[in-house]
Amino acid sequence: MNKIPNRQAICDVLVEKANTDNDIVVLCSDSRGSASLADFVTAHPDQFIETGIAEQNIVSIAAGLAKCGKKPYVASPACFLSTRSMEQAKVDVAYSNTNVKLIGISGGISYGALGMTHHSSTDIATMGSIPNMRVYIPSDRLQTKKLFKCLLEDEKPAYIRVGRNPVEDLYKEENIEFELDRATLVHEGNDLTIVACGELVSAANNAAIELEKQGVYARVLDMYCVKPIDRLAIEKAAKETKGIITIEEHTYIGGLGAMVSQIVANTAPKKVINLALPDSPVVTGVSKEVFDYYGLNKEGIVKAAMELINDVR
Amino acid sequence: MDNLKAVSFELRKDVVNMIYKAKTGHMGGDFSVMDILVTLYYKHMNITPATANDPKRDRFILSKGHSVEALYSVLAGRGFFPKTDLETYSQFQSKYIGHPNNKVNGIEMNSGSLGHGLSVSVGMALAGKMDQSSYRVYTVMGDGELAEGSVWEGAMAAGHYKLDNLTAVVDRNRLQISGTTEEVMAQDDQDQRWSSFGWNVIHAKGNDMDSLDQAFQTAKETKGRPTVIIADTTKGYGVSFMENKAGWHHRIPNQEEYEQALAELEQRRVAAYE
Repeated sequence: MNKIPNRQAICDVLVEKANTDNDIVVLCSDSRGSASLADFVTAHPDQFIETGIAEQNIVSIAAGLAKCGKKPYVASPACFLSTRSMEQAKVDVAYSNTNVKLIGISGGISYGALGMTHHSSTDIATMGSIPNMRVYIPSDRLQTKKLFKCLLEDEKPAYIRVGRNPVEDLYKEENIEFELDRATLVHEGNDLTIVACGELVSAANNAAIELEKQGVYARVLDMYCVKPIDRLAIEKAAKETKGIITIEEHTYIGGLGAMVSQIVANTAPKKVINLALPDSPVVTGVSKEVFDYYGLNKEGIVKAAMELINDVR
Repeated sequence: MDNLKAVSFELRKDVVNMIYKAKTGHMGGDFSVMDILVTLYYKHMNITPATANDPKRDRFILSKGHSVEALYSVLAGRGFFPKTDLETYSQFQSKYIGHPNNKVNGIEMNSGSLGHGLSVSVGMALAGKMDQSSYRVYTVMGDGELAEGSVWEGAMAAGHYKLDNLTAVVDRNRLQISGTTEEVMAQDDQDQRWSSFGWNVIHAKGNDMDSLDQAFQTAKETKGRPTVIIADTTKGYGVSFMENKAGWHHRIPNQEEYEQALAELEQRRVAAYE
């Protein structure tokens, strides 16, 4: 089992790139520890800015830095970054089109028992609804690295959410399939499609392996690029398979499932089942306990898949 | 050197024309802030149309974005774009919208939501320090804007990082939409607030070019801490019936008021040479 959380993978990329690029600046809001950015602070102290616990300020400061040629990476808990500083993200980053990358750490319900103040189960809806803001939720550490190497090359705003816990490797170090803004095909199949992002891609893949034993072949799409979503991959899936299941660590309102459903309804109507968090504060527990409670796991996907298959037969 | 006082009255006429034609805008705040903008763009700031993208240029953020008509008239006056562009202000598909838009040459950042400009300026000033560049960063806030909590996050960071390349100006016209600032949310203890955050505080007469000139000069010479200039201004300055009237925050003149405003501003412009 992999022990490296995605946030550490981000730090590794930033440390390495900052060796040769003085314009990379990392900003934290008293969050360097929880963001696993201590190594960056040690390696590049002159390229690090601490703002204290001030999420509005950190985003505006990053926008000012970007406007002066810097490449700012803001790492702050996703719960605060995606809502408390939403307006700064809207005006100073997205609207002003500044090269700011907002990294929401400990995203989704990673903080577990700390409660709804610390959950970011609405960040796809909030950040994704802002014009000119991209939203990425990478699955494993290897994909996270690939994603950040790409983001370092562009000059557009983006919000990236990563969870707190290490995620099981989905890809292989020597051969990581990745194209920016294109869903990654994790498992082939033409009976149904499972669209997932973040930590739950792993559950989707495990479900597909389980379904195969029962003679059901599921296509699994890793939709790490929640926005701009890979519309073509969804349309293709809707046409080639009997139905779609979406799964995400987000409420069912305004998230991945909602976006997929909209595309399917518009262009290739098929049944879509959204597996997501409820429109209420989630039950107390660690991620696994919460996911299991709401059926956001292999078993939940398999159950939904059988329903879907029986429904369309 | 131009007669800057005369320039500022001439530019106010552009503002009157823009707002009268578009039937939208914020004339009162435009007129209180105009002398501050003219002093910056015609004298203190190291920026011209030719250096609008030079990394070493001075930066300006209009945090009180609703006074954008004043900024447009100043930028046109300095040649950042043709003055005829002002005729498209707020018209269908125009980039000259009712708040700063960085698609307009000379405008760095989009603003309009209050309480952002200071923090953005902090970022710009930090970048200047990191690059050991000599440029300065200026921002103008409204006094009503100081009720936004994010202003004080920015103030704290600027003090913490000792950003002496940053100058903030408060357009202290004492009026906001609902009435006086002292009725709405008191701002008269500005000195203690800013100085407690580590800032150098200067008072200036905000509609007096000499007083502003001196204040910006002092700010440039101040080392080890950022400077805030509390500029005491008159909302609606330059037109007798608009001065100190909260209603002129965003009122649109009728034809008679329009003609009288232009006539008064022309009189003041001519008088500036005497």
